[in-house]
Amino acid sequence: METEPNGAETGMPQLDFATFPNQLFWLVIALVVIYLILSRVALPRIGTVLAERSGTITNDLAAAEELKTKAAEAEKAYEQALADARAEANKIIDRAKAEMRAELDVAIAKADSEIAAKQEESEKRIAEIRASAQDTVQEVARDTTAAVLSAMGSEADSATIDAAVKARASRGDAA
Amino acid sequence: MAEEIGFVIEPMEQFEVTPLFGGEAVHWYTPTNVTLWLALTVLSVALLMVAASRGRALVPSRVQSMAELTYGFVHQMIEDVTGKDGVRYFPYIMTIFVFILFANLLGLIPWAFTTTSHIAVTAFLALAVFLTVTALGFVLHGLSFLKMFWIEAAPLALRPALAIIELISYFVRPVSHSIRLAGNMMAGHAVLKVFAGFAGALGVASVVPIAGLVAMYAFELLVAVIQAYVFTILTCVYLKDALHPHH
Repeated sequence: METEPNGAETGMPQLDFATFPNQLFWLVIALVVIYLILSRVALPRIGTVLAERSGTITNDLAAAEELKTKAAEAEKAYEQALADARAEANKIIDRAKAEMRAELDVAIAKADSEIAAKQEESEKRIAEIRASAQDTVQEVARDTTAAVLSAMGSEADSATIDAAVKARASRGDAA
Repeated sequence: MAEEIGFVIEPMEQFEVTPLFGGEAVHWYTPTNVTLWLALTVLSVALLMVAASRGRALVPSRVQSMAELTYGFVHQMIEDVTGKDGVRYFPYIMTIFVFILFANLLGLIPWAFTTTSHIAVTAFLALAVFLTVTALGFVLHGLSFLKMFWIEAAPLALRPALAIIELISYFVRPVSHSIRLAGNMMAGHAVLKVFAGFAGALGVASVVPIAGLVAMYAFELLVAVIQAYVFTILTCVYLKDALHPHH
């Protein structure tokens, strides 16, 4: 314990009321100065910076969102283009196939008809040849029959021989 | 001074208000150690809140983001406790918070004078809050502000008793508000001083009090911040009562 100049005996300087006016005077000044610093300069400035920052962040996010949408659209357009191209290619392939098939069909048909024509001609020739061969055979048969009959001493008229050879030949044809 | 040779610990000496430039008399205008440490407090506030935010950078520097964190912390606290309409009083509450925070922290510098360890300072702050908030309650709500003490949720018979209790607790607010802060600061610093006194007197064995001193100092650092927070959030709570007296 010590005796203060004003005579009050104090253990705690906090309770020395003689110093209160001094403390309060300087405290009020300090608080007013801090209040002025904060309310005039610091807080508006920091508030502005924070607002600007959150504004920038919001804008950036919006821009990013927009770009994302655009990218999605671009992707969709690309896919669309790809699908279109694919469809177009398929169409071209189909058309080419159809054309080729048509040409081929025409060619095959032509070849078939040519083959048929040739076959017909050949058959006709074969028929001619066969007919002429038959005629020749009948003539030879007739001559031979006449010769054989005359050699055997019997005379037959040519009409009978003709009929017999014809009958024989047609039987032979049938056989 | 009562410094004698030998083992003398004067834990309360650090709280004495002494004139800066010699002399004994402490008039209301005398520049004292109170003046010096209040000035340093103001300077620290200016450094953190003004100088650090000078860059106005979109991407903040470290000090700028400290200033922004302090701003956001108090702003959020007011909004959480009092609601949107309390934000009008942001500069006042911010003043209280940064003042107490820096006064507490600066007081932890060795040989410093802790302005907030004095009941004169904390009582002034608490009374200022109390009177402002009470006046605000009457200005905003007129006499219906008094309904705060008339608990309508309680049974009618209990209401007078509750009103008396509420009234007493309302008037005790500035007392607890101020003594909590000054008491915490004073006790912590006195204990630190006691440990330091032992450290000087014990020779080799003083490792023990020095270890204690370090632990105590860390604890006091925590207390310095927490008490600033507590004082501020109680201010917000009282402000809320003035803004919305009818729950």
